[in-house]
Amino acid sequence: MPEAPLTYLDHAATSPLRPEAAAAMAAARAGPLGNPTGSHPAAQRARRILEEARDEVAGLLDRAPSDIVFTSGGTESDNLAVAGTVRTALARSDAAVGVVSSAVEHPAVREACRAAARDDRVTWVETPVDGAGVVDIGALADGLGTSTVLVAVMLANNETGTVQPLEKIVDSVRARCDAAVLTDAVQAAPFLPLEMTSAADMVSLSAHKVGGPVGVGVLAVSASVELTPVLWGGGQERTRRSGTQDVVGAAGMAAALGAACVEREAAAARVGALRDRLAHSLLRALPTAVRTVPAGTEVLPGHLHLCLPGVDREELLVVLAERGVCASGGSSCASGALEPSHVLASMGVEETRARGAVRFSLGPATVAGDVERAAALVVEAVASLRRDL
Amino acid sequence: MRVLVAMSGGVDSSVAAALLVEGGHDVVGATLKLWGGPSDSGCCSVADVEDARRVAQQLGIEHHTFNLSDEFGRRVVTPYVDAHAQGLTPNPCIECNRAIKFDMLLGRSERLGFDALATGHHARIERARAGHSGAHGLRRGADTLKDQSYVLSMLGQRELARVLFPVGDMTKDQVRALAASLGLRTAGKPDSQDVCFIGRTDGRRGFLADRIGLTPAEVFDTSGARVGELDAVELVTVGQRRGMGHGTDGRRRYVVAVDVPARRVTVGRAEDAAVGSVDLRRDTVTWTDRPLPSGAAAVAQTSAHGRPAPCRVVIGRDTVAVRFDSPQRPVAPGQTVALYDAADPDAVVGAGIAA
Repeated sequence: MPEAPLTYLDHAATSPLRPEAAAAMAAARAGPLGNPTGSHPAAQRARRILEEARDEVAGLLDRAPSDIVFTSGGTESDNLAVAGTVRTALARSDAAVGVVSSAVEHPAVREACRAAARDDRVTWVETPVDGAGVVDIGALADGLGTSTVLVAVMLANNETGTVQPLEKIVDSVRARCDAAVLTDAVQAAPFLPLEMTSAADMVSLSAHKVGGPVGVGVLAVSASVELTPVLWGGGQERTRRSGTQDVVGAAGMAAALGAACVEREAAAARVGALRDRLAHSLLRALPTAVRTVPAGTEVLPGHLHLCLPGVDREELLVVLAERGVCASGGSSCASGALEPSHVLASMGVEETRARGAVRFSLGPATVAGDVERAAALVVEAVASLRRDL
Repeated sequence: MRVLVAMSGGVDSSVAAALLVEGGHDVVGATLKLWGGPSDSGCCSVADVEDARRVAQQLGIEHHTFNLSDEFGRRVVTPYVDAHAQGLTPNPCIECNRAIKFDMLLGRSERLGFDALATGHHARIERARAGHSGAHGLRRGADTLKDQSYVLSMLGQRELARVLFPVGDMTKDQVRALAASLGLRTAGKPDSQDVCFIGRTDGRRGFLADRIGLTPAEVFDTSGARVGELDAVELVTVGQRRGMGHGTDGRRRYVVAVDVPARRVTVGRAEDAAVGSVDLRRDTVTWTDRPLPSGAAAVAQTSAHGRPAPCRVVIGRDTVAVRFDSPQRPVAPGQTVALYDAADPDAVVGAGIAA
């Protein structure tokens, strides 16, 4: 570990636990906590805490509590949404099944679609995006047909922060087919009003991106969508997701989401200003650096995605790490090595530029001191690499 | 010193890192992701990265994973496939050392401000040798069975000045014992023997069959009589004994010649296959320090653990001829020949690739 204090600019990867979440979890653990499926006092207490958490999440999403399924996180929520919809369609008839997703979806959606498409009857189409990462709505419409059962478009991208025009997308889908729309709101949740997801049939959320614990998430599912479970067993979550629920986690999730929503508008403004300050400092000190997403496109207030020409992002991350700066190269594989980003490729960012891509992501916990320190350290780090050898 | 240690996830590089930490250096470990293809069974797979990372954690050092798979594909795998298509016998591990570990990675270590790059290879570097005007020497490792100087024989002064081989003075047993005493996860891990991008199930044949056409060939003996056929001439190497069976005299047969365009393989007895010399392509020859004078005596090693053969080296315009003192198994085009000092046979003097 470096000697210096850490400058944490990787909130998009995970965010620190909010005190409200920690308190809710401690409170849940403070008394008898049985299995919520039982009927005795300890079980009843667990059940109550779980259902209070469910009610709270439902209220924040303006949905019925029965629409809320607790999962182990964003990845499981996305997998349940994709596999659940496709398997139901496959079982319903012999007809072909179509799945459409944007070209910039998170691997949890993308790989789930890829796996579903291994079935001969399933066709999977990825809708192209423009240079800013925004879905081409015309191309999306063209890709829809009577056999389409699922359309997946994330509300905001995890790498670049680009926000999608979800309402227009849903309108386009409704006009053409009966497909269920899944929106992965994992990245968007800290900063965008959750009402933006109300038009979608399914919404995935992850606790640890909004200041809750790792290991719990939510899939909100409209009553009209019939999901075939991924996890079979005791039939919990109204058979949609078997397994003893993580009551403590659910309490943490609800508290975190609640706290995030309460301060959302102020946090978005504050974090956006800090991000802009960081952007201004870096772009001035590194004149060849460019913002990956062109100005004029709505981007999450915490995201700053840059391409630094002549810099190798793997090397940059090493020298940043030495200075205690925690940032991201975008997409990594199971080994921890960086992989070429399919998001950048879909946006038409050519390979040599993508090599110098780096993501800084701020969060509600970021303060001005972090930005000042970051600006200085990043510039120093880049300078250390550009020695002529 | 600030040292970057290339950690493959094996016990040698784990102990190399441990020794440097013990020596008080500022150490950072890095594992290379070179191949993510279906063979993910050899060196540097995800499991290996995890092992290396865990050892780094145990040693209290930082660890990074570098994705060099693009370069690896271009400079190691593609040339490997192309060479086989032409009937050559490439050594991809040597090309990886040349292009990736001691070129790309060495360059990266410089850019990142490291004073040296260390690996777990069994070889030794002699600093500023007396009587050699300060040049660095490359020597065999202490463990003769594990010596890896052959695959490092292309290194020159520029590389040797910045490279460390911390386990070169140890035997394999000593390395394992030290790893065990430190409680390192990799202490008992078996060595990886195969080419890292060739899977165990399909092997070299499966790998190449997916990429180039494999051509059947007819097999003749030295008298010109047709004695059989085989289904992949690209997989046959001159001097090869495996799969060639026995002659009518009951003796083992060896490949004497391979003609890929003519789809012809000639087999014969060991003495028919033996050669008196091998020509190295001049443009592939590297010298550890200074070139040998033409006609100088040397000792040649023509495979990773082959028996060293005394020889003389004659420098021509386009080739460097290695003339063996006594007949040797043939060296296939594409194979590396490492040259050692006749007066000091543990010291590498240079290397080249057979024409």
